[in-house]
Amino acid sequence: MRAGFRRYAIYRRATLAGAFTNTVFGVIRVSIFFAAADAAGGSVAGYDRAALSTYTWVGQGLIAVVWLFAWTPVTLRVRSGDVAIDLGRPVHPIAAWLAEDIGRAGQACLIRFIGPLLVGGLLCGLQVPTRWTTLPLFLLSAALAVVVSFGGRVLVSLIAFWLVDVRGVLTLYVLTSNVLCGLLVPVHFLPGWAQAFAYATPFPSMLQVPLDMATERYGDAESVALLAMQVGWAAVLLAVAVRVFDRGTRKLVLQGG
Amino acid sequence: MSEPGSTQREREMIVEIEDLSRHFVVRRSVGRLRREKRVVRAVDGISFTVGKGECVGYIGANGAGKSTTIKMLTGILVPTSGRVRVCGLEPVRQRRELARRIGVVFGQRSQLWWDLPLAESFRLLAAIHRLPAERAAARLERCVELLDIGPFLDTPVRQLSLGQRMRGEVTAALLHSPELLLLDEPTVGLDIVSKEALRAFLSAERAETGTTILLTTHDLPDIERLSDRVVVVDGGRVVHTGTLSGLAAEAGVDRVLTVELTAPAEPLGDVPGTRLLSVEAGGLRQHLALTGSAAAAVAAVSARTELRDLTIAEPDIEDVVARLYRRAAATRSSTVD
Amino acid sequence: MADTRVYAALLRAGMAGQATYRASFAVELVGTAMGMGLDFVEIFAVFHQVPSIAGLSFVEVVLVFAIASTGFATADLLVGQSDAVIRHVRDGTFDVVLLRPLSVLGQLAAADVQLRRLGRVSVSLLLLVVALVRLDLDWTPARAAMAVLAPIAATVVFGALFVAAGGIAFWVVDATEVTSALTYGSAYLAQWPTGVLTPVLARFFTFVIPAAFTGYLPALALLGKPDPTGLPDWLPWAAPLAAVAAAVAAGLVWRSGVRHYVGAGG
Repeated sequence: MRAGFRRYAIYRRATLAGAFTNTVFGVIRVSIFFAAADAAGGSVAGYDRAALSTYTWVGQGLIAVVWLFAWTPVTLRVRSGDVAIDLGRPVHPIAAWLAEDIGRAGQACLIRFIGPLLVGGLLCGLQVPTRWTTLPLFLLSAALAVVVSFGGRVLVSLIAFWLVDVRGVLTLYVLTSNVLCGLLVPVHFLPGWAQAFAYATPFPSMLQVPLDMATERYGDAESVALLAMQVGWAAVLLAVAVRVFDRGTRKLVLQGG
Repeated sequence: MSEPGSTQREREMIVEIEDLSRHFVVRRSVGRLRREKRVVRAVDGISFTVGKGECVGYIGANGAGKSTTIKMLTGILVPTSGRVRVCGLEPVRQRRELARRIGVVFGQRSQLWWDLPLAESFRLLAAIHRLPAERAAARLERCVELLDIGPFLDTPVRQLSLGQRMRGEVTAALLHSPELLLLDEPTVGLDIVSKEALRAFLSAERAETGTTILLTTHDLPDIERLSDRVVVVDGGRVVHTGTLSGLAAEAGVDRVLTVELTAPAEPLGDVPGTRLLSVEAGGLRQHLALTGSAAAAVAAVSARTELRDLTIAEPDIEDVVARLYRRAAATRSSTVD
Repeated sequence: MADTRVYAALLRAGMAGQATYRASFAVELVGTAMGMGLDFVEIFAVFHQVPSIAGLSFVEVVLVFAIASTGFATADLLVGQSDAVIRHVRDGTFDVVLLRPLSVLGQLAAADVQLRRLGRVSVSLLLLVVALVRLDLDWTPARAAMAVLAPIAATVVFGALFVAAGGIAFWVVDATEVTSALTYGSAYLAQWPTGVLTPVLARFFTFVIPAAFTGYLPALALLGKPDPTGLPDWLPWAAPLAAVAAAVAAGLVWRSGVRHYVGAGG
């Protein structure tokens, strides 16, 4: 975990630049949402202006932490054969990679999360939490979101064991996740059938759920239920990932890769 | 340091460099907060000319300022001060027009299209230089023949060996029959056979078309084969211009033939084409400075006595430059008032 | 100009390198088309909740989106690789570009043409046609001309942004992400009515970075609607002029960038 933390700390300049990008897009996004709220008479899909601002800025901050972009370290390791080294270690590679990813996420918290949040807060104002449970729920949910996101990313990456060119699948995954996780618009903006479809996938657990915690959309009981859903998805994805990985390495070993 | 003689003045100047300088500012972090600024004078006031049809060797050790000069001649780099004219044009301002009249070969960089077959690069360059098809074909034919690039015309450039690539680069540079051919360390990393092939080709090309050549290298045999004149540069400054033999004479460097004999012999003081330097081990090993061909000298020596082994030491460019400095310093101190 | 034939040859050479991977090229085509679909989903989702944004209806906003998207995708296709400058400088392959008797920009554009952008270009054009038909506009010769000119002007403006970003890259090598943020950010906001932004930002993205001229203002001209923020009625028709101004400015930035490279020694 510490290795992941340190490695990403080196890219400080890139991190600042990334935070800038998130901020620019945040400004545009929040402007569109505000305009929507104004057109709807003050609130849209249960979000008032303060909630929309919180949603957008916490979201922009979380993107880098949860990592909703393309992610290639595992595919590269599988492709290059370095994965064999991972196999030789006492810890299961999936666990090791998860630890590294959590380290990365921790590092991202410093600049890429706080940065846009501060700017957005100063520019647009944020919703002030009314319950003491909001912050711990949010933090817990965000941490779980990282794990769920990791699970999804690693599963997609493991296709590299069977497919030569993973790029197409990866692009498809990123695009789909961006829609269904609530990055583009809150999932609650989507038509009913689309929302149902989204919640049948792990994607909302990667962003929408922690954001819902931050905007206090649900009461405590429902929030805990959502946390349980995240835990469930995390467990499922990781279990499947481990299974797929073992299958893949067996294939690799048999083929003499 | 300009060349005497009326022939130089009558000839059209292809390259004119006057008091050319190029400085770089290098910033280095010293400690945590301070930044140290240092001015590197890569080229510091050089002047020389190259006349039409000449072949000039531009030699110096690594870091002496050769590549920087070439960059300023081709318009890739702006001089800090001084005047430079190539084919009568200003390299930076008139870059595109100049590019049509010169050909450049960089030893370390490729001008060919990496992923495409070699022939395709030639085709593209012919189009870029607006060459009529027959002319391009004729030039290509000639280079194919003399440089033997036929076998790998259809190979992607990235798969070529260095020797093959350099032959391709030279062909590419000469495709549009430029007035001036600039070569920056063309033989670096090449095997002996490729080096010789390249030198032979350039020699032949010059004899046939009268192309002016400026060649930078730190490999003296390149110069021997090709140039009329040399300009030696060190630390960004010209330290010598003249002919190569003049250089050898002035710097006092020789190619040294060391012979190991089967039995001690009399000092070989009168072998034609050599000058006896020293004798070791009572005549078992002798050092002869070569003034002519090494092969002839070896034949002459073996005619007199039995050879066990021999080595030939080439003069080092660093050696040459060092000696030039020493000589210049000696001259300076002897002319002090 | 005989040079055009040369650039065409260079273009073909650049494409030859790309088309070799036919299968993944097809995937990339679909990928970029889908990327556009993402932005469209956002518009759709917002309008699922509200009937209008900044005074424009769903189809009207789609019109804005389609014009801007066509322009952006086409510009991306042609000169989208401003970060190629960085790559070339780092690899040391930029000097070769200077040694040829051709324009630097022309060579870079021809060599790095992004064919896969064709996916987005075609879908955007299709969307534009559909929107124009659905809106049942009050067609005049001026509007017809604008309908054709608008995507072209948008292409020029976005192309100018890319070229300017490339020029800046010569000065500050690490500025790529910042300029990308502004370029892609401008593309993003160009898809929406500029009125959603605060007045300060809206003016910035109209007169400093002419993003408003790439979609919103031409759409206003076609729709015959006034601008809610009070911009003059004739301004939308100045889109082609804005494009030209942007191109000139970008050209200056580019040239100063190349001059800086040559002056600093790479």
